[in-house]
Amino acid sequence: MLLRHTTDEVLERTALTVNPAKTCQPIGAMYAALGLHNCLPHSHGSQGCCSYHRSTLTRHYKEPVMAATSSFTEGTSVFGGQANLLQAIQTIFGVYNPDVIAVHTTCLSETIGDDLVQIIAKAVAEGKVPAGKHVIHCNTPSYVGSHVTGFSSMTKALVTYFADPSAEKSKKINLIPGWVEPSDMRELKCLAHKLGIEIVMYPDTSDVLDAPQTGKHEFYPRGGTTVDQIKSSGGSIATLGLGLSSSSAAVEALQTKCGVAGETLELPIGLQATDRFIDKLRTLAGVTVPDAVTDERGRLLDMIADMHQYVHGRRVALFGDPDQLVSLTEFLTLLDMKPVYIVTGTPTPQFENRIKTALGGNVPEAKIKAGAQADMYLMHQWIKQETVDLLIGNTYGKYIARDENIPFVRHGFPILDRVGHSYFPTVGYDGAMRLLEKILGVLMDRQDRDAPEERFELTM
Amino acid sequence: MSIDPRVVKDELIQIYPKKLRQKRSEQIVVTEHREDSSVPEIKANVRSSPGIITQRGCTYAGCKGVVIGPSRDILSLVHGPIGCSFYAWLTRRNQTRPESPEAQNFINYCLSTDMQDENIVFGGEKKLKVAVREAFQLFHPKAIAIFSTCPVGLIGDDVHAVAREMKAELGINVFGFSCEGYRGVSQSAGHHIANNGLFKHIIGLNETPHDEKFKVNLLGEYNIGGDGFVLENILTRCGIKQISTFSGNSTYDTMANSHTADLNLVMCHRSINYVAEMMEKRFGIPWMKVNFIGADSSAKSLRKIAEYFDDAELTARVEEVIAEEMAIVEATRATVKARCQGKTAMLFVGGSRAHHYQMLFTEIGMKTIAAGYEFGHRDDYEGRKVLPGLKVDADSRNIEEIEVVPDPERYRPRRTPEQLAKIEGLTEMEFRDYIGMMPEMDEDTLVIDDLSHHETERLLEIYRPDIFCAGIKEKYAVQKMGIPCKQLHSYDYGGPYAGFKGAINFFNDIDRMVNMKIWSYVNPPWQAKPEQRAEVAAD
Repeated sequence: MLLRHTTDEVLERTALTVNPAKTCQPIGAMYAALGLHNCLPHSHGSQGCCSYHRSTLTRHYKEPVMAATSSFTEGTSVFGGQANLLQAIQTIFGVYNPDVIAVHTTCLSETIGDDLVQIIAKAVAEGKVPAGKHVIHCNTPSYVGSHVTGFSSMTKALVTYFADPSAEKSKKINLIPGWVEPSDMRELKCLAHKLGIEIVMYPDTSDVLDAPQTGKHEFYPRGGTTVDQIKSSGGSIATLGLGLSSSSAAVEALQTKCGVAGETLELPIGLQATDRFIDKLRTLAGVTVPDAVTDERGRLLDMIADMHQYVHGRRVALFGDPDQLVSLTEFLTLLDMKPVYIVTGTPTPQFENRIKTALGGNVPEAKIKAGAQADMYLMHQWIKQETVDLLIGNTYGKYIARDENIPFVRHGFPILDRVGHSYFPTVGYDGAMRLLEKILGVLMDRQDRDAPEERFELTM
Repeated sequence: MSIDPRVVKDELIQIYPKKLRQKRSEQIVVTEHREDSSVPEIKANVRSSPGIITQRGCTYAGCKGVVIGPSRDILSLVHGPIGCSFYAWLTRRNQTRPESPEAQNFINYCLSTDMQDENIVFGGEKKLKVAVREAFQLFHPKAIAIFSTCPVGLIGDDVHAVAREMKAELGINVFGFSCEGYRGVSQSAGHHIANNGLFKHIIGLNETPHDEKFKVNLLGEYNIGGDGFVLENILTRCGIKQISTFSGNSTYDTMANSHTADLNLVMCHRSINYVAEMMEKRFGIPWMKVNFIGADSSAKSLRKIAEYFDDAELTARVEEVIAEEMAIVEATRATVKARCQGKTAMLFVGGSRAHHYQMLFTEIGMKTIAAGYEFGHRDDYEGRKVLPGLKVDADSRNIEEIEVVPDPERYRPRRTPEQLAKIEGLTEMEFRDYIGMMPEMDEDTLVIDDLSHHETERLLEIYRPDIFCAGIKEKYAVQKMGIPCKQLHSYDYGGPYAGFKGAINFFNDIDRMVNMKIWSYVNPPWQAKPEQRAEVAAD
């Protein structure tokens, strides 16, 4: 057994986390910054942080992930990171020539107490930031929140630094997509386009972390939202955020700073969440939903109706990030599946309420846990107590899936051992179809594998 | 194609600010073969410049990730915010094979104190103690290792005091590592800290005797992709008992018992030479550098071991094994060589791999035109003969140098100085020596320490090698340029590459990569003549 020391006997823990269902803030900030055009993310801390974040994002996307570091040493930790950051800014503009350096902090620089606002002002004053170029920052202490918090903070920083309250008024809608895959961001843009709505979306990692093979490495790939686009978002008619945990902060900041009315919905994963997204979008823009989109919805409905018998009543354990989990729970509940164990390491106020809303009174036996000691070890223990028919989560779930012989669908971050997530969306109606196809695939493969010969079905 | 490497060197660094240009110029060297067999001096193990985009990681990565992590029954508990433990969770492919289905194996678990802001403000020792107790209750390990991450050192948590207290309370071995990420200039500092910990807290605690005649430890072999399994198989067939491996596929008990061996074999010099040195001083076990990367190198290393033990039966068995293995290697090597001959490679990775793997390329007729380490020191480039002249700088001074004296009861020189000198005379090798990368590289090749991303791209544009070897962070940028990139940390999830069978795997993988068809399809058919009239026009 891979996890041979995990038993069904749950001991109360107060200090130890085992097999976490989260990671730390800075990687989220790095991912968000990659969704800005011509931007180099910069990690203000020890080299290891930057190296680990780049490695994890690279394994997840199988794409180049460029980012720099302040390379703290013992001396830096004593005297503060100012000198390192000033030097880094100068070197980066000189060697890598980005439009923006997006600095995020680390537990080290936060514990030291480096004042990023002051250091950046000093860099500007000393002429280390060329005209027309920018250094922005967000604080991402690793000992608060999780990777989702870091993503949220960098997205908010894009508003604080760039959104322009005096931008020309437009009919555009700002879309804050939340922590989703490049494929999802592409799909969101595509849906808006089908509705005939002009949007400003940020961050946008499509065409950055799914770049084509051309024989040339574009250090700054084609994609990413430009600074000018973000500036213009201050003049849009409304903002729609997706994913309460990852987008609310930016939506609120945009409202406060630029007076753009905003609202945040749960991520449009699954039928109902996508319905609410499309409905909100068309109401804000005052457009009619085209048949092409309604047809997408209809095809999803059709697929669910056709295949309901294979998912109905199946118990599901899911772990990952709050925004994904809430919408997944709602979708699984719609399929008449039973999300029984739902775990996120990300401390999330209102998580239980959000999940209960998504469950809509179904599955009263569901166990829900977020934050401290809400880890994969605990979820595995629950599975040991009473097993499930399906596990959904990131790659680390494969150890549980194999030990417990449970069909497994990879969803979330990080996915280190399969491809597809960066290319095929799970948001929107088509995304929900893909998700359902994956769920059906593993469940039906299992049925085929385990069926007695006489009950091996040709047609399913 | 004739490219002057000296011109390339200038080309690589001209974009840098003046001070950085000066520093980098000392870290880039064109190899020369001098008559006195000396090599040019290279600057290494110095700080990476902020903002430069380095391959390097941190001290914690070297200590927990590289050296201690591969051991399966030492329970690793990371004291810090969640990320450090998360990122080192199973990402280095250290394979391990427990003795039985019931035996302890913690390698798939990731433990952390998940420090929160109140722990930073009020201190984390209390939480750490509770976490150690909880870890003990859940796993009942023989030993718990506590690893400090960056904030721990700053807020002054004393992990060593906590470890001592918990050791007394729980009655198991508990020890801490002050391996905060900022402690050194790279992973290398973490290796040293881990070595010190192994020596202080584990080695010598298990006195189980062994009757075997030829007993060795394999140091600096982390069983990535199963390399260690291959080597264990070879040594066993030769009749050599492997007491312990540091630290691939290892257990606490075997490492604690390692002082009963009669010879230490050092694979990765950079990450483990400290343990080898300290064991010789305390227990009298000589060490020799071996290299099991490459079939010829493997054969050579086996013969060295046989020379050391000076036993006719062993020598005969070693020759038998080499003959058996070589026969199999030869078939693949010849086929692959025919397809790879004359192609070029670059290797920028680690602290020994960028040297060792050149042997594999040589065996299939490929030429290494540039190489360098991510975290090597001068001795890894120029050989240990430079050690006496090396100055300890501020970044290395804070790592403890353990004063080692012969153990009053257990010091037993395995060979007299005369015997060692005699063996050295018989073979090309020397004890407690490593000749380094540079003497084995061709004249006029480039050696670059701590290669930056900018330099990587320029090198690739100028030379367009047939293959580039590095790590995960470099891989896809290189491949976007249409050049295959072989990961030499993770082996691209393949391997093993060590020993004879490993060489066969490597030859086949390189053959596949340099000859794969997809690279010739990068340009679409319509690129040459983009504007085309419709052949069938609608009326």
